[in-house]
Amino acid sequence: MNNEELKNRVLTLVPESIITENKQFLTVIVPPDKLHKLAEELRYSEDTVFDYLFCLSGVDLKDTLMVVYHLTSTVYYHDIVLKVNTTDRINPQFDTVSDIWRTADFNEREVYDFFGIKFNNHPDMRRIFLDETTIKGFPFRKDYVDKNIIER
Amino acid sequence: MKYEDFKDNETLKLFEQSGGNILLTTVDAVINWGRSNSVWPLTFATSCCGIEMMATGASRHDFARFGIEVYRASPRQADVIVIAGTIVRKMAPVLKRLYDQMSEPKYIVAMGACAVSGGPFYYNSYSVVRGVDEILPVDVYIPGCPPRPEALLYGIMQLQRKIQKESFVNRKKIQK
Repeated sequence: MNNEELKNRVLTLVPESIITENKQFLTVIVPPDKLHKLAEELRYSEDTVFDYLFCLSGVDLKDTLMVVYHLTSTVYYHDIVLKVNTTDRINPQFDTVSDIWRTADFNEREVYDFFGIKFNNHPDMRRIFLDETTIKGFPFRKDYVDKNIIER
Repeated sequence: MKYEDFKDNETLKLFEQSGGNILLTTVDAVINWGRSNSVWPLTFATSCCGIEMMATGASRHDFARFGIEVYRASPRQADVIVIAGTIVRKMAPVLKRLYDQMSEPKYIVAMGACAVSGGPFYYNSYSVVRGVDEILPVDVYIPGCPPRPEALLYGIMQLQRKIQKESFVNRKKIQK
């Protein structure tokens, strides 16, 4: 399917999504409560088999926290990018997609470790790389302050 | 390296004046010669300097010629720990525990810029320990990123000369 057909497909499933044009992949910004349903539909429907989540990353824009999902299909070789936003910086949460793509299990733990974004219904929501006793807080946020850092 | 540099004893004189032992009997000399020519390191390599250490142990620059015959996997059986690689704050207690488990006499060689002073991660890093001498007493520092195998061999030779100047019976060690 090319980008036009994918765009129509996504808009029929989730009409409130915002599509951004002129990027390398077709980029869709979904509301956070529709994410899980859209992801499930994209994975399991016969004409868009998005069975490979090849990148899951967190982003900290100054006032919003975002999670970006890059999906591709090993059957049709088309790609799509899903983004979810939240302005809640104290307790940000999204739904997990680790029941749809198993690789999201570790990737979401990494996003929690560095940004503090929790994922609902995740099987094992805890830090994966950093050590809680030496590093408190979430280093990749823009407002992270470390007393021991040597600035340059 | 030049033969004159290797035989240069001024730094050794400084070391002796600063408190290393001077009185060496013949027995001490023989024992120290034996000890310095058979230091066995612990397997410890964290990052890129570990690859250079493996290259030094391979056949082109072979450090089994210098007495580093075999790597011991258990810290109880090792003499020296060559800290090759970046030490992050999660790794630091583990390294301290390994060092505590080694039995005396033990030595430390800090290899590479990250182990000497934090290296390229000195500024703006939230998780790197700025140099292994924040947690452990180091005997020999080898700068470089990564140091060439010849530089690592030079560092090992310096460690050997340092061991030969010690008195086996009355060994002073700086405790940290």
